[in-house]
Amino acid sequence: MKNTFIGTPMERREDLRFLRGRGEYVDDVAMPGLLYAVILRSSVAHGRLVSIDASAALKIPGVHAVITGRDMPGGPPIVPMRLQPLPEFKPFEQPVIAHDKVRYVGEPIAVVLATSVAIGEDALDVIDVKIDELPAVADWTVAQQNKSILFDKLGTNRSLVFESRKGDADAAFAKAPYVRRERLRTGRHYGLTMEPRGVMATWDDAKGKLTIYGAAKVPFFNRRILAAQINLPVEQIEMIENDVGGGYGARGEFYPEDFLIPFAARHVKRPVKWIEDRRENLMAMNHAREEEAILEVACERDGTLIAIRGDVHTDMGAYMRTNGAVGARNVCQFLPGPYRIPHVKIDSSLWMTNKTPVGTYRGPGRFEANFFLERMIDMIAEDLGIDRIEFRRKNLITAKEQPYKVATVQPTNAVDEYDSGDYPAALERALKEVNWPEVSKLQGKLIDGKYHGLGVVCFIEGGAAGPKETARIEANDDDTFSVYLGTTSVGQGVETVFAQIAADALEVPVDRIRHVYHGSTAYVSDGYGAYHSRSTVMGGSAVLDATNNFMAVLRQAAGKKLGCAESNITFDIDKVTAGDGRSLPLRTFAGLTAEGEFKNHKHTYSYGAHIAHVTVDARIGRIEIVDYVVVQDVGRAVNPLTLKGQVIGSLVQGLGGAVLEDLKYDENGQLLTGSLADYLLPIATDFPNLRCFVTDDHPSPINPLGAKGAGEGGIIAAGGCMANAVANALQSFGVQPRQLPLSPGYIWELVQAGQRKAAE
Amino acid sequence: MSTTFEVNGKQVTVDVEPRMTLADCLRHELRLTGTHVGCEHGVCGACTVLVNGEAVRSCLTLAVQAEGSQVTTVEGLSNDADLTPLQKSFRKHHALQCGFCTPGFITTAHALLTEEPDCDADRVREVLSGNICRCTGYIGIVEAVLDARQHYKK
Repeated sequence: MKNTFIGTPMERREDLRFLRGRGEYVDDVAMPGLLYAVILRSSVAHGRLVSIDASAALKIPGVHAVITGRDMPGGPPIVPMRLQPLPEFKPFEQPVIAHDKVRYVGEPIAVVLATSVAIGEDALDVIDVKIDELPAVADWTVAQQNKSILFDKLGTNRSLVFESRKGDADAAFAKAPYVRRERLRTGRHYGLTMEPRGVMATWDDAKGKLTIYGAAKVPFFNRRILAAQINLPVEQIEMIENDVGGGYGARGEFYPEDFLIPFAARHVKRPVKWIEDRRENLMAMNHAREEEAILEVACERDGTLIAIRGDVHTDMGAYMRTNGAVGARNVCQFLPGPYRIPHVKIDSSLWMTNKTPVGTYRGPGRFEANFFLERMIDMIAEDLGIDRIEFRRKNLITAKEQPYKVATVQPTNAVDEYDSGDYPAALERALKEVNWPEVSKLQGKLIDGKYHGLGVVCFIEGGAAGPKETARIEANDDDTFSVYLGTTSVGQGVETVFAQIAADALEVPVDRIRHVYHGSTAYVSDGYGAYHSRSTVMGGSAVLDATNNFMAVLRQAAGKKLGCAESNITFDIDKVTAGDGRSLPLRTFAGLTAEGEFKNHKHTYSYGAHIAHVTVDARIGRIEIVDYVVVQDVGRAVNPLTLKGQVIGSLVQGLGGAVLEDLKYDENGQLLTGSLADYLLPIATDFPNLRCFVTDDHPSPINPLGAKGAGEGGIIAAGGCMANAVANALQSFGVQPRQLPLSPGYIWELVQAGQRKAAE
Repeated sequence: MSTTFEVNGKQVTVDVEPRMTLADCLRHELRLTGTHVGCEHGVCGACTVLVNGEAVRSCLTLAVQAEGSQVTTVEGLSNDADLTPLQKSFRKHHALQCGFCTPGFITTAHALLTEEPDCDADRVREVLSGNICRCTGYIGIVEAVLDARQHYKK
């Protein structure tokens, strides 16, 4: 049977448990003899750790132990980088617990183990910590003065400069007829998951084995890190991924607690659980985004883009975390986005500051890059008197220019190219969906006290990071199959999507895929995980390979049993048949299994356009969305239902970053947004009118599914699109937003400044 | 101290510290882990349960405050045989991804639809604005609740 489950919107398998409250997240797992870990975190942003006295805490009934760096033989281990692990970053990596200096508010200092969380929290209050405070480095502009230094021996707060280069930008600028220079910045956001992080560890003293619950995203990587830190062979550690309440890049990376909790369990020889509370989460989970760009764009007088050059500065926080360099790297490689810019020269500096360290958040570096360039394009088009749509049409990379080579980044020597697509077609589709000829008449118009504005931006989204992914297929004793994955679920619907892919590959009804297993390092030989919008593309392609391998071993086994040549064996849904018509049910081969893999060093690039129609109340700086359209071409849509969920869901996260979200610090490095009443997230009343159109007109040529990573397209262009829409609405005030978020206060200030200027 | 209340139709007596929240009591003492804790300061709504039919934040309610009342959790709004019409509607409209906030939305929406089966989209959005979902962008959730109204009309 030839299936078409791929491409069919299918309701999700995982919903059956989630909707009935039967999901099992890490805090739902109970264990006899459990101790609860509570972490004492630094309340000082920068200082020398003088002493920790836990004697009073240890007297509280129910407090079992207080662990500090002194309990770790050889000192606290370091958390190594997973992505871009350059030697230059080594000195900036994070120890699992502070031992000589504290470098951000929220850095772990001690771990209390108690019989309840409440008793553990009581104990935190009586641990006496002495810290000699040092001047805090509260942002990159302070960091670059190098007066107060986070890592004394290094003498600088800059950990690295990524350099992206294409063509000869300086020569191009020297003879360019038009150059615009701008300074733009994005706020500090993070991939806040509704489920805070959690780790539970059990230590089997007899077998010398650790079992870790609460693993997510990249369990195989994390197992290797932990094994090295804790001096165990990898096979003596099992990582178990429970249901995971959101990922967005932030959840599942290796954090200090991913060492501290297993270490504590082994230290006291009892199971230990740690569940992060929301306040901790705001100061301990990876931050992201805070970047400032000083850019120049050169073009012809007709709007043809020639070159881009400049500097981007990323506020890295206090340490280089596992994937901390990705945003700063991506921003310099992808600043040109979907546009043809022959000459590129960007220096991207990574500045260490006394804030929570940075990691990835959905669309890392790409959200920022899109805001920077799209904002500049609108300002340039206005300056040159060119229609901004025409400006984009002129510069978008066309289908016949694909694959299109982008700038190379040093020192990682990252060479990359876009894979396929018709970028102008996506823009045209978005214009059609909003009825541009009609709606464009509203630009800048004041109606019922609100100014109408339109934002139009184009984007590309990278996906499908290599080097490989693994999957395994096994026959069950009830004539069904199980699929085992090396990749992971962070809530995106992996069980459903992979059942569709496997059913099509095996040519069986989808209910013959009894279960899709993910979430243990025991299922397959190796795995990578859920990041860089890669699970469906990489894992799905691995399922195709596993299917081929499974069919080969099935023919072999059936040939033996039926006494005929393997080549004469056919398989159909639940039976295996020899050339002469004799057959055996699939269950005869229960337990038969084969692994497959997909290796890939290229990336997929889905692409599209966003158009926002907003109104702005200039008196109070309030933005409302009248209509918002996203068009995204994803190469091949496996499940259009869940895919649209990815696009709209990531769009609303992006709108949060565009207008609401910002992690604020004062000049002493104190986090001012320590609750969800301060760090504002989108709620149901904020953004009601959103539409998305997912197309699969241009399959990716670099994987057998033709699919492209598509979990980030909604977020990437939201900041640029909203800022352009606000500028368009408030054109009569000369408003040009140069930073995010577009808070009411910021918009109000821009309007006031515009009015003052007009009055002069 | 000892406190007695009804959970999903069954009377329970638990011995808890006065400072224990209803959320912790449900999750850890009664092992009803469908109620999730997302912020512990009353903003995210993941812990919403029904107390005497009203949607209440169980992270801001002490267990001892539930004395004598009827508490309903997501488990009490579910059955083994099949999804309920509200749950089916959530599934159909892809109103959940990671599932962590979902029990809070189900309980909140159930309370709303029971009281106001004729509510419009604005009212649904207003009532659900006390629950945070980070995955879906709310479009599917609002559609799901609107679509389920028919099953609550008497």
